[in-house]
Amino acid sequence: MKIREVAKLLNAEILTGTDYLDEEVYSAFACDLMSDVLAFVDNHTILLTGLTNLQVVRTAEMMDMKVIVFVRGKRPDSDVVELAKKKEMVILTTELPMYPSSGILYSNGLGR
Amino acid sequence: MDNNTLNIRYEVVAKDFSRAGEASSALKKVLRKLNISPDIIRKVSIPMYEAEINMVIHANGGYIDVDITPETIHVVLTDNGPGIADLELAMQEGYSTATDNVRELGFGAGMGLPNIKKYSDDMKITTQLGKGTTVEIFVNIPA
Repeated sequence: MKIREVAKLLNAEILTGTDYLDEEVYSAFACDLMSDVLAFVDNHTILLTGLTNLQVVRTAEMMDMKVIVFVRGKRPDSDVVELAKKKEMVILTTELPMYPSSGILYSNGLGR
Repeated sequence: MDNNTLNIRYEVVAKDFSRAGEASSALKKVLRKLNISPDIIRKVSIPMYEAEINMVIHANGGYIDVDITPETIHVVLTDNGPGIADLELAMQEGYSTATDNVRELGFGAGMGLPNIKKYSDDMKITTQLGKGTTVEIFVNIPA
């Protein structure tokens, strides 16, 4: 699935990374606990989370995750977006909660 | 120290959670430039990031020394923090002494040390109460 389609399916706003929307993503991990994101590496490319601090970007960077989707209408501070931009990541924000966001992506074939 | 060894030192600032991970991020960049494979880079950078965060939240910052040879990557994190009272307990998944504000940031689940062990090829912890802790991470680079 292209990142562009992820954004469209979640009716998400793109906060940074518009240059990478045609890149393919294959699976996602949904979690608010960064410790667990670090513990369960499986080449996931999208992180869905409701946490918005700088360490979310760092954690995604360590795991080679390309896209962060902030759920439940969470908006990160500008320093978070700036760091992600520097790391050539895509940041999306959706009003949808974690469960429907995951369900929509899964039922459309992401990670299956 | 021969010509085939690259030594890098990073400083980790105490209590500044917003900067935690900068050293791991910087090393990741270096390893990419050295054309080391992404799998090996992750084996180094995930444990180092965990240990770097530990250094910020539990200790008073410290230093990270990295030695890179064509065969191995050796990361040594040294702090002057409080030390670990019960290392065996600290190595158990789920055991943590992290404060609530650290947990609110998504950490402190008691996965740090077990994770370092899981991803690296070898780890070594030396700790002394009231003196500090040294965490060593070893990762082999397959030929």
